[in-house]
Amino acid sequence: MKKNWWKIIAVVFVLYTIIAGFLLKVPAQPILHESIRNLYFHVPMWFSMMTILFVSLWNSIKYLSKSNIESDLLASQAAHTGMLVGALGLITGSIWARYTWGAWWVADTKLNGAAITMLIYLAYFVLRGSIDEEQKRARISAVYNIFAYVMLVVFLMIIPRMNDSLHPGNGGNPGFNKYDLDSNMRMVFYPAVTGWILFVVWIFTLRVRLEKVKRKIYLND
Amino acid sequence: MIGKQIKYLIAKELRLEMRNKYALGGILLYVVSTVFVSYLSFKKIVTPATWNALFWIIFLFASVNAIAKSFISETKGRLLYLYTLTSPQAVILSKIIYNSLLLTVLAALCLAVYSLFIGNIVQDMPLFMLTLLLGSFGFSSLLTMVSAIASKASNNFTLMAILSFPILIPLLIVLIKLSKNAIDGLEHWDMNFLMVLVFLNVIIIALSYLLFRYLWRD
Repeated sequence: MKKNWWKIIAVVFVLYTIIAGFLLKVPAQPILHESIRNLYFHVPMWFSMMTILFVSLWNSIKYLSKSNIESDLLASQAAHTGMLVGALGLITGSIWARYTWGAWWVADTKLNGAAITMLIYLAYFVLRGSIDEEQKRARISAVYNIFAYVMLVVFLMIIPRMNDSLHPGNGGNPGFNKYDLDSNMRMVFYPAVTGWILFVVWIFTLRVRLEKVKRKIYLND
Repeated sequence: MIGKQIKYLIAKELRLEMRNKYALGGILLYVVSTVFVSYLSFKKIVTPATWNALFWIIFLFASVNAIAKSFISETKGRLLYLYTLTSPQAVILSKIIYNSLLLTVLAALCLAVYSLFIGNIVQDMPLFMLTLLLGSFGFSSLLTMVSAIASKASNNFTLMAILSFPILIPLLIVLIKLSKNAIDGLEHWDMNFLMVLVFLNVIIIALSYLLFRYLWRD
């Protein structure tokens, strides 16, 4: 129980996000209307994705310095979890875009960033799939993971600042903090971010355990 | 020490290239025929956006094809021989430098043939040339590294494309923006984008320098 306190926090926070997120009062904004509630679900997805992909990067670096196959398992499972969250982020974002910007997909630097992230990690899985030898696969994919993550961060940090975006906080659009994220919304938004990140880390640990069990069964056969 | 090794390795690459000229000829012919096919379907292009996009697409695919072979075509024995003699950093840096030279030649040819058939609408030629040069350098460093990664896996020609395209996009966006400025002939050069381009090049080379030593050992 002592080790699992953060799982309880995750469940409580996510439950709170769902209940309070749909029931509490939100500021009435033009265009956004009630869809502003998606902030509690769409934005935390990207926060959790970047967190879990950083875990993946960290384990890849660790693999290159220590050559411990466990780090490779953690890195690949973290990337898988990241893709799951990224897909959820794309879906929630797409629905939101349909009702506020008028289309499922719009030309926007942040959307491009999201799409590139998905492509990079799908390529990472294809790369893993095409190398049979375990140690070699771990080493080569770790190198690609580090290389791709740095390029991705450069893309996400620099390019959106040089182009306009439809997202808040870019290209003349005010950030949420400015006026519409009032204290009422903050009370849900911060727990939502924490809760979703912890929740995703939990999914990640479950995936790692499952993968370890699978390997054990495979070795015993 | 490393400088001397790089010098010899580049000389070796050049000599090998001269020894079987068909590989070089093949890639040059690739550019010419791609441009000709585009010419047959487009005739003259006068819209800047289309001109720009088509040019970079042709150059991108030609570069991927040109560099894909740089590690894939090396035999195991020759690589092993190289690794006993030189440091991994010298190998990757020499390949990057050699491939940049190759891509610069390719870019010049691409521009010449493209202008001949499809028309040249660039108003600020020096900026376009500079963009092309920095682009060749960036493409070569990134693709050389990806080629090293892909050569370790099976079905590596497909892998080469899917591994490199997503991480090429940041570079490509900046390049297309800069060359669009050159086509429009803006009065002032956009120093921000040039700086970002140089910065991207430096990052890619630094990463290749640091990471390559984990790739070459088998």
